[in-house]
Amino acid sequence: MVNTQTKAEVKSLSFYYGDFNALKNISMPVYDKRVTALIGPSGCGKSTFLRSFNRMHDLYPGNRYEGEIRLYPDDVNVLAAGVDPIEVRMRISMVFQKPNPFPKSIYENVAYGLRVRGESRRVTLNDKVEEALRSAALWEEVKDRLQEPAFNLSGGQQQRLCIARALATDPEILLFDEPTSALDPIATASIEELIHDLKTKVTIVIVTHNMQQAARVSDYTAYMYLGELIEYGVTDEIFIKPRKKQTEDYITGRFG
Amino acid sequence: MNRIDEIRVLIARRKRWDTAFLVCGVIALMIGILTFVTLFVDMAIDGLPRLSWDFFTSFPSRRPEQAGILSAWVGSTLVMVATAFFAVPLGVAAGIYLEEYAAKNWVTDVIEINITNLAGVPSIIYGLLALGLFVYTFGLGQSILSAGLTLALLILPVVIVATREAIRSIPQGIREGAYALGATQWQLCRDHVVPYSMPGILTGVIIGMARAIGETAPIITIGALTFIAFLPPPPVQPEPPFISFEWLFSPFTVMPIQMFNWTSRPEAAFHQNAAAAGFVLVLMTLAMNGLAIWLRYRLRKKIKW
Repeated sequence: MVNTQTKAEVKSLSFYYGDFNALKNISMPVYDKRVTALIGPSGCGKSTFLRSFNRMHDLYPGNRYEGEIRLYPDDVNVLAAGVDPIEVRMRISMVFQKPNPFPKSIYENVAYGLRVRGESRRVTLNDKVEEALRSAALWEEVKDRLQEPAFNLSGGQQQRLCIARALATDPEILLFDEPTSALDPIATASIEELIHDLKTKVTIVIVTHNMQQAARVSDYTAYMYLGELIEYGVTDEIFIKPRKKQTEDYITGRFG
Repeated sequence: MNRIDEIRVLIARRKRWDTAFLVCGVIALMIGILTFVTLFVDMAIDGLPRLSWDFFTSFPSRRPEQAGILSAWVGSTLVMVATAFFAVPLGVAAGIYLEEYAAKNWVTDVIEINITNLAGVPSIIYGLLALGLFVYTFGLGQSILSAGLTLALLILPVVIVATREAIRSIPQGIREGAYALGATQWQLCRDHVVPYSMPGILTGVIIGMARAIGETAPIITIGALTFIAFLPPPPVQPEPPFISFEWLFSPFTVMPIQMFNWTSRPEAAFHQNAAAAGFVLVLMTLAMNGLAIWLRYRLRKKIKW
C-alpha cells in the first residue's frame, strides 16, 4: 500500500452523551482513498465515533466532543466550536443503517444535496444525478423511471440511491453506518462491491458488525471496545495476526 | 381430561372477555351514532320541505315562507375564508417552531401546557377577548374580519396540535438524511417537514374549521347581526384592481346565528326554517370532514416511510 496520504487525523477524541463518556481518547489516522472499517461489539461506540466525523451529534442537546478530528489538506479541526457543522456535512457525506430515501422521486433524492447548495440549473442537475447514479451502480436500473417515487425501489436499490445521494455532492469522505444490516445477502454483496469501486474516488469509513465484511472491503481496521480504540492497523494484519489478545478473541468469535 | 381439552377450556374462558368487550364497544358506539342519526333525521323531516333553491337565494324576511339563508351561508363562507387565512399560517408556523426550533426546556413546556389549555377555553371567553381587542381596541368593528380573527384564535390550538402531531410522525432518519447532506434547519423544514406533514396539517385545519363553522357564542359576542338583508361587497370587481377587501369590514351574519334567530321566534314556520338551516349547516360540516378524510387519503398515498 504505497502513496498513502492522510485524509483525516483523529487526535485524542473523547465524546460525551451528557455525563456518559462514550468515546475515550481515540487517536488514529484515516487514509485518503482507502476504506477504514470500524468494528467491535454492540455498544462499543463505533457508530458514535462515525457520527462525530460529520458532527451528527450536534443535532441533539447535551452532547460534547473533546479532542480533534483534523481534515486534510487544509488542516481544519472539524470538531472546533468555530466550525459550522453544516460546512463539515457539506464535505463529509453519510449513508445510514436503514435506507432513508426522502418521499420524493428518485431524481429529486439524488439532486437534493445539490439543491441544498443552491444549484438549480437543469443541465447541471441532470449531469450530476446521472453521474452519481452511475457511480452508485444504479443508473441502468432506474434511468427510465427517474420521476418515480424512491419508495418503489427495493431495499438494496434504496440503499444504493442513498449512496448516490451522498455522492452527488462530491464529498471528501463518505461515512457508512452499517449500510447492509437491513439488507439481504445479494443486496449486501452489491453494496460491498460498490464500496470497493468507490474508493478510487472517495475516502471511506465504514462501521460494520460483520467481520467478514470488514475483512472483505476494508484496507484498515479499527477494533473498538467500550468506547476505547483497542487496536488499529492494516486489515490483513488485524485479521491474520492481531497484536492484542482481546482483538483476536473478538475476531475469532470467542467473544462478542 | 387430556391436555388439548384443558387448553380449549382455558381459551374459551378467556375469550368470554372478548365477547363482553365487543358488546360494550358496540353499545357505546351505537349511543353516539344513534343520537346523531336521530337528530339529523328529525331535523331533516322538519326542514326538508323548506329546502328549495329560493331558500338559498333569499334574504331573511318577516314572512317565514319567503325567508332564506343567503346572507347566512355567504357570511359563514366568508368568515371561514378569513379564519383559515389567519389560523393556518400562524398555527403551522407555531407548530413548526415548537417541534423543530424550540429548545426543549421549561419555557417550551409551559407554552405547550398553555396551548393544550387554550383548546379547552370556552368559546365565549374568546368572544369577550375579541370584543375588547379586535372590535374596540383595534377598531375593526363588528365585521367579518373581527369574526375571522376570533375564530382563528379559537381553532389555533387545534391547528398547532395537529401540525405538531404530523411533524412528529416524520421519522428521525429523514431529518438526519437531510442534515447529513448539509441542509440548514430552514431547508429541512421547507423541503421535508412541511410537505410531509401536510396531510396531517390539512386534516387538523379542516377539523378545526368544522368546529368554527358551528360556533355561535363568540360571533354573537362580537356583535354579528341577526337580521341581515344585504350581502358584503363582492371580493372580485369588474374594474381594476379587480380584487377588493371591503367585504372584510362588512357586517354579517352566520348560519348558527340565523338558526338561533329563527328558533327564538314564536311562529312554528320559522322553526321549520331553523331546522332546514340546521340541516344545511350539518351537511356543510360533514362535507368539510369528508374533504379532510379524502385529502388525507390522497396525500398519504404519496408518502411512505
